[in-house]
Amino acid sequence: MSTVATETAKTPKTSKDWDMAAIAPFIALALLLVLGYFANPNFISVANLMNVITRSAFIAIIALGATYVISSGGLDLSVGSMVAFVASLMILFMNSGAIADPMFMLITAMLLAIALGAACGLFNGLITTVGGIEPFIATLGTMGIYRGLTTWLSQGGAITLRDRELQALYRPVYFGDVFGVPVPIVIIFVTAALAAFVLYRTRYGRHVIAVGSNEEVARYSGISVKKVRTIAYVVQGLCVAVAVLLYVPRLGSTSATTGILWELQAITAVVVGGTALRGGVGRIWGTVCGAFILEIVGNIMLLSNFVSEYLIGAIQGAIIIIAMLVQRSLMRK
Amino acid sequence: MNAASSSSSAPLLEATGLSKTFGIVEVLKDINLTVQAGEVHAIIGENGAGKSTLMKILAGNQPPTRGEIRMDGEAVTFSGPVDAEHRGIVLVHQEILLAPDLTVAQNIYLGRELRRGLSVDDRAMNEGARQAIRDLGGDIDPNAIVSRLSIAQRQLVQIARVLLVPHRIVIFDEPTASLTPHETEALLKVIKDIRAKGVGVLYISHRLPEVKEIADRVTVLRDGRLVASHEASELEPADMARLMVGRDVAKLYPDRQATEAREVVLEVRHLSVPGYAQDASFELRKGEILGFAGLVGAGRTELMEGLVGLRSSRGSVRLNGQPVNFRDVHASLKAGIAYLSEDRKGKGLLLAKDLRVNLTLASLGRFAGALQIDRKRESDALDQAIRDFDIRTGRKDILAGQLSGGNQQKLLLAKMMMLDPSIVIIDEPTRGIDIGNKEQIYKFIARLAEEGRSIIVVSSEMPELIGICDRILVMRSGRIVGEVTGEHMNENEIVQFATGVKSGEAA
Repeated sequence: MSTVATETAKTPKTSKDWDMAAIAPFIALALLLVLGYFANPNFISVANLMNVITRSAFIAIIALGATYVISSGGLDLSVGSMVAFVASLMILFMNSGAIADPMFMLITAMLLAIALGAACGLFNGLITTVGGIEPFIATLGTMGIYRGLTTWLSQGGAITLRDRELQALYRPVYFGDVFGVPVPIVIIFVTAALAAFVLYRTRYGRHVIAVGSNEEVARYSGISVKKVRTIAYVVQGLCVAVAVLLYVPRLGSTSATTGILWELQAITAVVVGGTALRGGVGRIWGTVCGAFILEIVGNIMLLSNFVSEYLIGAIQGAIIIIAMLVQRSLMRK
Repeated sequence: MNAASSSSSAPLLEATGLSKTFGIVEVLKDINLTVQAGEVHAIIGENGAGKSTLMKILAGNQPPTRGEIRMDGEAVTFSGPVDAEHRGIVLVHQEILLAPDLTVAQNIYLGRELRRGLSVDDRAMNEGARQAIRDLGGDIDPNAIVSRLSIAQRQLVQIARVLLVPHRIVIFDEPTASLTPHETEALLKVIKDIRAKGVGVLYISHRLPEVKEIADRVTVLRDGRLVASHEASELEPADMARLMVGRDVAKLYPDRQATEAREVVLEVRHLSVPGYAQDASFELRKGEILGFAGLVGAGRTELMEGLVGLRSSRGSVRLNGQPVNFRDVHASLKAGIAYLSEDRKGKGLLLAKDLRVNLTLASLGRFAGALQIDRKRESDALDQAIRDFDIRTGRKDILAGQLSGGNQQKLLLAKMMMLDPSIVIIDEPTRGIDIGNKEQIYKFIARLAEEGRSIIVVSSEMPELIGICDRILVMRSGRIVGEVTGEHMNENEIVQFATGVKSGEAA
């Protein structure tokens, strides 16, 4: 109990004041661009930036799904393994020659990947919600399962798309462009726009935030907490599938090490973007920004000479800690 | 004056000209206050009057903007709550601040564990905790995990923890807000014991009869100013209420015409919520306000939660003659039954979200088109709710957690009324709410009944049940043990049922 006047004055946590936390990642991105320019003027060229953003596509798109899972109060550690698993099955299907017509084959394979992604997400969701297992443990388990199945499918080697015709047909999905903009960049922004619309404008999005903010309040308000969380994992699975659709034409091959540590990069992108790890706040565009930041830091390290690029993992680790410290100090204010 | 204080005649604590401003808002202005050793000094005022800020300053949580605090005649400044504690000023918070996964004894001794050699001395701490709780008139197993305790029991543990520090002044911030009459009585006795030892007590409460009973001196705050300070013997509760509100509170409870019996809308038969309530049968009529009385832990809340599908239950429920069985709140809301939890902050509102999001959370379907939510309509609904339920807020974009308790309750009521339910179950409608807001909430409840809705009020405050209900059912140990109506609606009758002195259906 305290006075309204007191509290508005002393803890100005109104929606307006939260904005600082929301724009912080974009300020960081701008600072990085400036830093990059001083490190190497070539960095700021359109070609280089397009290249960097294109390469961030996998993590950015996976992280969009992770934004849903995390803001609903969950966590998904299995996404990296899921990429490997879904991509492997997709390639194996295309290698099977089950459908003669290449175009029809490609479309079927893509739909299959999407269905597989959704199914893997649903599996994660059901284990945590219906099974009542902590998300950390549940997805740690499926992370092992998806990775193990991939290793088994590939028999420890690589699974490679063999059909030349299919390769040629599929290639533009990653390497093509739309009015000069590489397809992966278009996909990032289209997926993000869709994700933002659903999270900010629809009933389901509101329910995600409510469940992550306070599960009990959501339950007492007649929201099915289990359903909302399960769907968040399915959304994550769909995002993984979209990343796979871009991944396969790029490399045309998977192995037991495909997508390793991507879950950590995705979570880092989400947190750097300003989404609260405890749930209840989701920032879609922040997540995209976070994924860019991770890739740009790596790129600056490559282009400049002061830091060895072998330290990239250490720098990314430091970024997540710095991001949390900045978020915390902004929230205290 | 008393033996415990030193030879000096200066008061134990003396505050002069205390003021506090946050930005341009002046929340306290020129407060003078003294606490003598062996005295209970009650501070009363509506929410927003500045009581909590004053207490925070005196307990070292916040520095005053202007003014001076003296102890034993000597000027002091507190660097923080720990500093104030070293000088013997301890604060019993209104909110429960305990580690839910630790035991009672572990919580009481948290941060000051007793040791034997290198290990903690659990036996000594359990014994000490048992004794400390017993001193407060309670009986709680020191090995019990705090999350399993009722709110009242946690409150006792919290008080026991605070009183373990050597203290000269104890500040109680609404300690009885969630206690039953019996527990309140026990607590008041504890406070009298503390006073008898020469300790000064600052006591904040909304319950004026209790202030009248316990206080030696009463200071009234209104809008951050001190409006009166009197010997308690000179003030009756009605005077206190008038001074707090600044006008006559002629009647707290609204007038209601006795209506003739109307049709039964809800018929509950042999409903059991395993572990909490057994074999409950009752009927609710259209336009009726039905009260549920009983001690904390009697199973009232759990029975209601079982009824609306928040807990698993067995038995039969008929709504307008049709058998229903709600598996979750979604189903019961759809059928037109709304339940407002007693735990506003934990289960009712999203404190970190704004008013608009909170208002429409349970009824989003009404604001969503084919795809997206219409924010304009949401905002309009918020404007309407602010008018209809008189939610006092300077800005509309503040967070629900920034509203005062009374306004939070109004927002929660508005939220559930968005669904236009025909049956409204309100659990502890006025817990932690000041008189002005209480009066309004009672009016809203009466209005809902006049509109033809049926209301169930669960409350531990008997005067409130007697004041607004047509009929009261009393629960004890999970069972409905009696019904009081008409001229039998008095505290004595209810207490007899609630405590088991009397049992069986009353006339």
